[in-house]
Amino acid sequence: MIKVTFIEHNGTVHTVDGEPGQTLMETAVKHAVPGIVAECGGACSCATCHVYVDDMWKEKTGGPSEMEEDMLDFAFDVRASSRLSCQIRLKPELDGLVVRIPEFQN
Amino acid sequence: MVLDMFVGTGAGGEPAEIQTDALIIGAGPVGLFAVFELGLVDIKAHVIDILEKPGGQCAELYPEKPIYDIPAHPTITGQALTDRLLEQARPFEPTFHFGQRVESLRKTDDGFEVETDLGTRFRAKVVVIAAGGGSFTPKRPPLAGIEAYEGASVFYAVRKIDAFRDRAVVIAGGGDSALDWTLNLQPVAKSVTLIHRRDEFRAAPDSVNKLRELLAVGSIRFIQGQLTKLNGDGGALRSVTIRGPVGGVELEYDVEAERLLPFFGLTMKLGPIANWGLNLDENQIAVDTARFETSEPGIFAIGDINIYPGKLKLILSGFHEAALMAQAAQKIVFPGKRSVFQYTTSSSSLQRKLGVI
Repeated sequence: MIKVTFIEHNGTVHTVDGEPGQTLMETAVKHAVPGIVAECGGACSCATCHVYVDDMWKEKTGGPSEMEEDMLDFAFDVRASSRLSCQIRLKPELDGLVVRIPEFQN
Repeated sequence: MVLDMFVGTGAGGEPAEIQTDALIIGAGPVGLFAVFELGLVDIKAHVIDILEKPGGQCAELYPEKPIYDIPAHPTITGQALTDRLLEQARPFEPTFHFGQRVESLRKTDDGFEVETDLGTRFRAKVVVIAAGGGSFTPKRPPLAGIEAYEGASVFYAVRKIDAFRDRAVVIAGGGDSALDWTLNLQPVAKSVTLIHRRDEFRAAPDSVNKLRELLAVGSIRFIQGQLTKLNGDGGALRSVTIRGPVGGVELEYDVEAERLLPFFGLTMKLGPIANWGLNLDENQIAVDTARFETSEPGIFAIGDINIYPGKLKLILSGFHEAALMAQAAQKIVFPGKRSVFQYTTSSSSLQRKLGVI
């Protein structure tokens, strides 16, 4: 099991168990974490599973691909730490990952 | 492969009122298969979709993504599935009306009267709602009070160029729509400012080149940043507040804007369907599982838009629903006609309809 923590815009913390191979978005949806809409179901086509990766985890998650970067153009309040959670696949090194959920998923 | 030779378009030249046996709302995979199933029972269909092309979510959200749960296709992309379904529906010569959204649906003595936002009117004996997640509509940026400006200062599409003439126009976004309108409004507007979060554009290379040329000669302005606030009164926009890097520092500042065009992609909304008096269950249309008919006899709902006990939002479920819907629709379109269930493998009558014998 890989523990991941989602922090909502209002500060509510959700620490849930993910599985290797699952995406961060799937983990959030499975545990009904509010604020992850994932309208397109994980096709990197909608930018409604936007999260901010905590600074200390950025190296381990890596940055967005070109396609993901293009899709982030459709998100709101995009920052240097922005990722689409459907594009982050869980692996043992990500045990303990912390991400923040933006106020709006546009 | 796109089979467009039998595809009619919506804009211009439509007769005042189109008569049809069945009107299908939604040209996604389930709407397209409904054409086929209705065709087998001799029901002709017109199909309306808000997008400019068939395929619905398959074509708009994941044309290149493989789907793995279509029976007999271990893997097929959204676009390939769309193309195959068009090919399968082709013998039944459906007429497509793209780029239109159905606004109203009214019961008449002998069926239904339906009107789109472009004013196309239909009279149909049965209506099949295959609208998936609803209609694709432009995303509204989450800016406080934006609703008050919509239609007056904030627009999600350019319907009338004159609304932008001699105005200070701000366009937000970095895709084809944002660039196309930046280029097209530049000669008309007082000023055009393009706002985008990065100095890269995911648009046709030709548009990007033209944009760079206009930037070089100062005909338009580009600001790297993101919208944070709208400033104005009573629907009249005065300026937008932008946050972005200025000389290496993140700053918030105002930019004159009498018109704003935000282009942040599309999202799915139920839209006018909610106003048609049908029984809904959390934004989905309640149907029975023998006919897939709504609370209004003669109006059917199939695919992701419907809800019933055990509903699974799978394309294959929508195909099954289309087949049963067609059997029920037949009894309305051809009352009193004795129907004999037939297989496409053995029925010469069905094979003639399909044009294979």
